[in-house]
Amino acid sequence: MRLDCPPNVKIIRLPCTGRIDTIHLLRAFEGGIDGLYVAGCLEGECHFLTGNLQAKRRVEYVKGVLKALGINPERLQMYNLSAAMGSRFVEIAREMTERIRQLGPSPVRTGKGREV
Amino acid sequence: MKSSSRLERVLTAGHFAVTSECGPPRGADPEAIRRKGELLRGVVDAVNVTDCQTAVVRMSSLSSCLLLKEMGFEPILQMVTRDRNRIAIQSDILGAAALGINNILCLTGDHQRAGDHPQAKNVFDLDSVQLIAAVKAMRDEGRFLNGEELTVPPKLFIGAAANPFADPFEIRVLRLAKKVAAGADFIQTQCIYNLERFREWMKQVVDMGLHEKVFILAGVTPLKSVGMARYMKNMVPGMDVPDELIARLKGVPKEKQPEEGVKIAIETVQQLKEIEGVSGVHIMAIEWEEKVREIAEGAGLLSRPEV
Amino acid sequence: MVVAEQKPFEEILEMIKAYDRLIVAGCKGCVAVCAAGGEKEVRFLASAIRTARKMEGREVEIKEVTLERQCDPEYVEQLRAFVGEYQAILSIACGVGVQYLAEHYREIPALPGVNTTFVGGAEKQGLWTERCQCCGNCVLHLTGGICPITRCSKSLLNGPCGGSSGGKCEIDPEVPCGWQLIIDRLKELGEFERRYLEILPPKDWSTSRDGGPRKVVREDLMK
Repeated sequence: MRLDCPPNVKIIRLPCTGRIDTIHLLRAFEGGIDGLYVAGCLEGECHFLTGNLQAKRRVEYVKGVLKALGINPERLQMYNLSAAMGSRFVEIAREMTERIRQLGPSPVRTGKGREV
Repeated sequence: MKSSSRLERVLTAGHFAVTSECGPPRGADPEAIRRKGELLRGVVDAVNVTDCQTAVVRMSSLSSCLLLKEMGFEPILQMVTRDRNRIAIQSDILGAAALGINNILCLTGDHQRAGDHPQAKNVFDLDSVQLIAAVKAMRDEGRFLNGEELTVPPKLFIGAAANPFADPFEIRVLRLAKKVAAGADFIQTQCIYNLERFREWMKQVVDMGLHEKVFILAGVTPLKSVGMARYMKNMVPGMDVPDELIARLKGVPKEKQPEEGVKIAIETVQQLKEIEGVSGVHIMAIEWEEKVREIAEGAGLLSRPEV
Repeated sequence: MVVAEQKPFEEILEMIKAYDRLIVAGCKGCVAVCAAGGEKEVRFLASAIRTARKMEGREVEIKEVTLERQCDPEYVEQLRAFVGEYQAILSIACGVGVQYLAEHYREIPALPGVNTTFVGGAEKQGLWTERCQCCGNCVLHLTGGICPITRCSKSLLNGPCGGSSGGKCEIDPEVPCGWQLIIDRLKELGEFERRYLEILPPKDWSTSRDGGPRKVVREDLMK
């Protein structure tokens, strides 16, 4: 089963999504990223018990910050899936790519002011 | 007599007293107060005037009291500690007495959070117990809160509120005892719908002998509809409306509910008259003052004594 | 500790819109513990400001610095070396810190990046609640260690009022009635009978904020 992931998606591996700090998410946007998503384990299946739930809360927090700054919070998402769900992984990558294409480049790069 | 109050004379003479209340208008119209007053003529021994009740701005209690006094009524000045510090409180007490207001009801007041100016800064320099003690010291010792002497003491009949239905129940009578110890001459209670619980409370009052130290006027508010009953039960903190009462109102067609509500109020007053230690009733017909006469009449409380 | 929370970003961005060179100054004291103004929050806020400015196509230079404490002249002095290169200081310490920076560095404005909310503690991770209103005249020995000034929404000394219902306050069914807490605690201590009937006299508020800015003097510690 070889599935093609869209080449624009750059994967950063982490031991657990619970390792993600809000500053990591925000810095990515400061750097001009167009979109970002966090792929955590299924809820209730975290090896470290609540890592993915904490990640979810942090993603929600940063979505609020993005909105306040004028960046469409849709550019940041959290998904939950297991390591066995390869096709779902690709599907999400495509879904997210399509969503970001529709939104266009990040206003941080274009310098055109708030988009929301 | 401790005061120049007509209410004090009525109660001391052993009559079963009737008081009611007027909520001042949200405007500068004196007629609004006079109209409400007219509905109570010959029905009550004294009439309370609320002090920005539920923390909603209204015409001041003191000026509304004066309007009623000019009509021949015996007003009871309600005063809350929410909006005034001890300087303003004592000043208003002197002013009220000078204008011939003979009764004061000492209250803490509803928190402004639920009122029409939730952004307001509250005061609460004193609480209701301390306010009672302050009025008593001014009247009986001729002293201000700082201990200094005043010239002419305000001869006020001192009232306080009691809510037999708030929590925790076991301290409710003790809190009444504190108010009596602080100097309350009369008590007006929260509206009574749960007579069982009120009897239980009164029994504790009598057991402690408090009814011999203070006149207790039991609160009655007629229910206009099932909607009002439900609102009182669910939305007003410290209010106890039994389900049987709601069921009874529900049992009659909507247009007959006001009539049923008045009937319930009359029956309540009749039962209250029989309870040991109850010296009178305080009928609060909220924006329904025209029904006070009917309730007093129905309960056999008219006409009022000349004292 | 003094508990604070960050001001809304919109308000901060409006406050700093005239400046392109800015110090964001945190504090390692109370505000770091309550996650409002420590080193981490300095990093986050600086990143957010830069991001917002990039969107406007207008860069901003931010110096990120977190002092040991902003309520101590000794530490506040540490900005001296570079403060001249910047147009404003955005402090995310409590109100004391902002004022100390303002008093210390007269040439540029000190701006508040947080709202100082209360003196309280952590109830659990992510939740802080108020415990003390700094009235300057403690009565906790009379009320079972529960503050009536803070925990009762009307600051009653002879409570509870008639709005206490099911252990909750009339202002909000989520807020515990302070006087219910006091009564429960006095019973636990076996002090209820002795204490409850005692009428507490009007409080002397002259030690509270009502008396103007307060002062504590310890001559024995002075040099």
